[in-house]
Amino acid sequence: MSSTALYNDQGGAETAVEAGQESTSSTGAAFGLFSADFKKNEDLKEMLESNKESHKLEAMKRIVGLIAKGKNASELFPAVVKNVASKNIELKKLVYVYLVRYAEEQQDLALLSISTFQRALKDPNQFIRASALRVLSSIRVPIIVPIMMLAIKEASTDLSPYVRKTSAHAIQKLYSLDPDQKEQLIEVIEKLLKDKSTLVAGSVVMAFEEVCPDRIDLIHKNYRKLCNLLVDVEEWGQVVIISMLTRYARTQFINPWKEDGLDENNETAFYDSDSERNQTEAKPYIMDPDHRLLLRNTKPLLQSRNTAVVMSVAQLYWHLAPKHEVSVVTKSLVRLLRSHREVQFIVLQNIATMSIQRKGMFEPFMKSFYVRSTDPTNIKTLKLEILTNLANEANISTILREFQTYVKSQDKEFAAATIQAIGRCATNISEVADTCLNGLVQLLSNRDETVVAESVVVIKKLLQTQPSQHSEIIKHMAKLFDNITVPMARASILWLIGEYCEKVPKIAPDVLRKMAKTFTTEEDIVKLQTVNLAAKLYLTNSKQTKLLTQYILNLGKYDQNYDIRDRTRFIRQLIVPSEKSSALNKYARRILLASKPAPVLESAFKDRDRYQLGTLSHSLNIKATGYQELCDWPTIAPDASVRNVEIIEPVNEWVPKAGKSKQRKSEKFYSDEEEDRDEAGSESSSTEDSSSSSSEESDKSSSASEKTSSESEANSIDLFALLCSQVTTSSFSPVKTYDLLHHMSAKGLAAKYHFPRQPCLYQPCMVAVQVILTNCSDHNLEEIHIGDRIPASLNIHCFNTIERLEPGAAVTVSMGIDFSDSTQAANFQLCTKSDKFNVSIQPVVGELLTPSTMTEEDFCMEQRLKLAQGTVVPVGSYCCFYQLY
Amino acid sequence: MIHSLFLINNTGDIFLEKHWKSVIGRSVCDYFFEAKDKAGDPENVPPVLQTPHHYLISIYRGKLFLLSVIQSEVSPLFVIEFLHRVADTIQDYFGECSENVIKENLVIVYELLEEMLDNGFPLATESNVLKEMIRPPNILRSVVNTLTDTLPTGQLSNVPWRRAGVKYTNNEAYFDVIEEIDAIIDKSGTTVFAEIQGAIEACVRLTGIPDLTLSFMNPRLLDDVSFHPCVRFKRWEAERVLSFIPPDGNFTLMTYHISSQNLVAIPVYVKQNISFFDTASCGRLDITIGPKQTMGKMVEGLSVTIPMPKSVHSANLTATQGSYTFDLATKVLVWDIGKLNPQKLPNLKGSLSIQSGVPKPEENPSLSIGLKVQQLAISGIKVNRLDMYGEKYKPFKGVKYVTKAGKFQVRT
Repeated sequence: MSSTALYNDQGGAETAVEAGQESTSSTGAAFGLFSADFKKNEDLKEMLESNKESHKLEAMKRIVGLIAKGKNASELFPAVVKNVASKNIELKKLVYVYLVRYAEEQQDLALLSISTFQRALKDPNQFIRASALRVLSSIRVPIIVPIMMLAIKEASTDLSPYVRKTSAHAIQKLYSLDPDQKEQLIEVIEKLLKDKSTLVAGSVVMAFEEVCPDRIDLIHKNYRKLCNLLVDVEEWGQVVIISMLTRYARTQFINPWKEDGLDENNETAFYDSDSERNQTEAKPYIMDPDHRLLLRNTKPLLQSRNTAVVMSVAQLYWHLAPKHEVSVVTKSLVRLLRSHREVQFIVLQNIATMSIQRKGMFEPFMKSFYVRSTDPTNIKTLKLEILTNLANEANISTILREFQTYVKSQDKEFAAATIQAIGRCATNISEVADTCLNGLVQLLSNRDETVVAESVVVIKKLLQTQPSQHSEIIKHMAKLFDNITVPMARASILWLIGEYCEKVPKIAPDVLRKMAKTFTTEEDIVKLQTVNLAAKLYLTNSKQTKLLTQYILNLGKYDQNYDIRDRTRFIRQLIVPSEKSSALNKYARRILLASKPAPVLESAFKDRDRYQLGTLSHSLNIKATGYQELCDWPTIAPDASVRNVEIIEPVNEWVPKAGKSKQRKSEKFYSDEEEDRDEAGSESSSTEDSSSSSSEESDKSSSASEKTSSESEANSIDLFALLCSQVTTSSFSPVKTYDLLHHMSAKGLAAKYHFPRQPCLYQPCMVAVQVILTNCSDHNLEEIHIGDRIPASLNIHCFNTIERLEPGAAVTVSMGIDFSDSTQAANFQLCTKSDKFNVSIQPVVGELLTPSTMTEEDFCMEQRLKLAQGTVVPVGSYCCFYQLY
Repeated sequence: MIHSLFLINNTGDIFLEKHWKSVIGRSVCDYFFEAKDKAGDPENVPPVLQTPHHYLISIYRGKLFLLSVIQSEVSPLFVIEFLHRVADTIQDYFGECSENVIKENLVIVYELLEEMLDNGFPLATESNVLKEMIRPPNILRSVVNTLTDTLPTGQLSNVPWRRAGVKYTNNEAYFDVIEEIDAIIDKSGTTVFAEIQGAIEACVRLTGIPDLTLSFMNPRLLDDVSFHPCVRFKRWEAERVLSFIPPDGNFTLMTYHISSQNLVAIPVYVKQNISFFDTASCGRLDITIGPKQTMGKMVEGLSVTIPMPKSVHSANLTATQGSYTFDLATKVLVWDIGKLNPQKLPNLKGSLSIQSGVPKPEENPSLSIGLKVQQLAISGIKVNRLDMYGEKYKPFKGVKYVTKAGKFQVRT
């Protein structure tokens, strides 16, 4: 206790010391061990309290080292938590690490740090906001649930997609801390599901899966968007989204598998019900376009480098695609077999399940499952399993030849598994049953006990399933008997002869005679079976074998081994009728010669298909906690229109001028454009990348141009001309306003901007931008102007300095920015008298372009030209009918 | 998803633990140790285990086990892939993924793990992003303290794999086309199974945000491909060119597979005769290797590895070229040959002695062949051209080909 006392003295009056001390001393036996730690931690504490940053940093590093090793550093909590507000980011990060680890144990002290996080949640830097939310939500202290809830709600509407992503993660953490918040959290999830950023999609679906996987209705409106975003989502998010969409699709679409069955059933229904409603399920089966969309958009992910993504696409195809399309996943799955051992293991398990139902899928790749002597045993056995599943009349000879090599393997466990596999092939393919049986019989002379034992077991099974052939093989085995030395095999043969002694009435007594001769020199296990054989023969053929049996029973009576003596005594009582013998005697025949049930030879993976492929449950063949059952296809497709997303567009208001009949078309066109624009917006830095799909875009735009051309034919009002004329009138309200500066982060100065879509007055190469400045603080803001630009070469036409902005007042100013025809953000400073704020304007491609009229021919010409040149202008398709400013 | 992670060495010491949710006691690892003892060979430990309250998913790499604790249903491959990504990251940071290296850099590894997962869900796994947040140790730490004030931007852009503001004085892009032959050759020398696994390893050091396009002379050869996330699928599907904004530094651009349906050239043949005698406790070994389809290139780095049966006691052999070693503990015979001289074929010949009293081995061991052919992609794939868009400077470009033996096995 001396060291505790010492610690107490120096530790002063802090309450936490008591807590720390208690927890340590309560560990009892380990106490002596920890005393050294105490001294060490004391100097860490001193370092933490020093004024030098470097000392603190050094101390924190050592503390995190302790945590990593799993040592207890909780008594340092008070000293550490003081540094939570440190300016040094490196130090701060380490303090966060510490807090997350120990906050749960030291709840009261952890609360001291909360205000720091609350402040950081309002920081202008998105990374600081995100990391504050991350740590705050990781502190598992129930008292702060309301604070967390508030923070999550706020962050879910944050401008930065990164912060929104973090809020999606925080939802799960809060849910596991306090499940009562479920309803409120679902609201946040619902909001975040609508998010169009690829960054958020994966995380929010993860939150959905964890909090409310059964609220499938939340997905409807976002289904198409998720399908379309999928390719650009980060790989981990892809896995989660794909598995969620698999479940979703199983509830929403009709079964694509039973094509024939459906035809017949629908024949009548088709005629007498109104045809419009029935169209989707009418014959022949027509796949829901949304179902097709999912299949189409997941297919390219088979080429992912991430094995989990490939597997999840494979299971999606397995569970959702029409039967004839499933085989597209085969190649990719086989490719995964080149990966790490653990990956191979899981993939092989899944292939094993698949190959039972669909041999054809993997048969062309049979050789990829050939076993190498360097494979670990569990991989070998799985490959063997698959090869056995794939065996059919055509390839059996190849497979058996391959098996011959495996049987000789030095890995005896694997050799034994091969023998079982041969047995299965023999039962499944009757043509080769004889060959297999002969091969197995030959193996009986193998020197390895496992091989022989396994062969005998398999032969035994085969004989039990094919009763007709008994006598020949048993005779053969009896012949071999003299040459076989392995006791296990000898014993097994004796059992077989005994079991089927009625089929080989001549041989059996002879074998028994031989055994009687060598009985004393045999191994124990053989002796036991000899006694068994004798007993069985005594019951069936007592005339010939009575004396032999009695001789053997006498030998057994005086054997050195008590097991044999016991068995002999038991058998004698059972079979030889005597005065003393019990009632059991009557039943001797029924006991010894009861027909034994034939063992079943089937794949261990036969019933695994009840679990969704690629899941933990499938891998373990046990229903894991939290496993979501994949439900059956609905018989009647639920309403598909729930997935329709109506787009509310300001442009709609003036579209009717172009003719009511065309409204739908133009709406469609604008929705396309809007979608693209939003995509470009979320892919912040460069649409040059536009990894999404240049071809798809050109598709869209070409179809769009078709529509517009037809439109212009119809009303001779060109849409773009219309747009052009509309935008120049001041009454037109812009499509979208973007936040430039949030008042929380800029001491009350809020700035929003939008693109008025007017030719810039200052210079032709500039894009006009209107900025609305609002004073949300309670004091006057003075001298609002534009400061430094980054890069300095950035060409901006500034607005005149605003001398004073009253509280609550707002002013709109216009400025011009030369984006140099790129989507690179323009970064500059917005300054007031006392402060400078870094802001950035991210142009959307659409805002950089000016509309121009073009006939369809010209458009196609232009497009072809661009393609022929091979220039990479992913936005080229736009350029074709817009021209750059 | 992933609840906790334990790093365990071969002898069963837990030397690092990290919990992303509440703490789980080390005792959960006992179930793993039990399975490990049962399996014997660490390679044989089942990757997925079930315990009364948790599920354990582990990988074995570099003599280390990475053991993750899972509480509910998850795709096991997701976890396995992630664990390998952790090992890759450690390797990327410190040059190797081993116990010593991790122990030396415990704090950095711990911080990395903190950044890689949030609440058990992967957050940042791209090495470019991680390196912006946590600097690798080879840069002076004093520099780091000033540098870490700049916050990472990689996670925000739509090219998360590339860090922002890359600058080089020498702009260069190198691509290595590496092909491995996987084959099983049977006793008589016929090919039972052969396929080619290829990968394009890139080392790209280019300023700014370059947009590269790489095209092949004969893309039809490629049977099945997988890409780094930077490659645009649609472009590949439509035009069979690789179009991408590369990550900074080293990465695997793509891997491909050329299946056994196409004829795969086998560069060497092996004549072997290994036999054990019934009567005396000894055996004979005679191996000769010669060139087969080398496309006129030199075969280098030739080696033969034979895991001998356990009963083999010692080997008394003579090699006409190179040297051999026989490890008494693992019973592995390695013959290191070097370059293959077509005029004078390398031969290894001699006797093997077997422990007396032990029956002769049933099966002859199979041979694993190692080899390397420079300047040749055995499949015949060729890069046509590499173009760069988006930046003005002229980069230095290079493509190198090499063929190696993968899992190349000769059965005897």
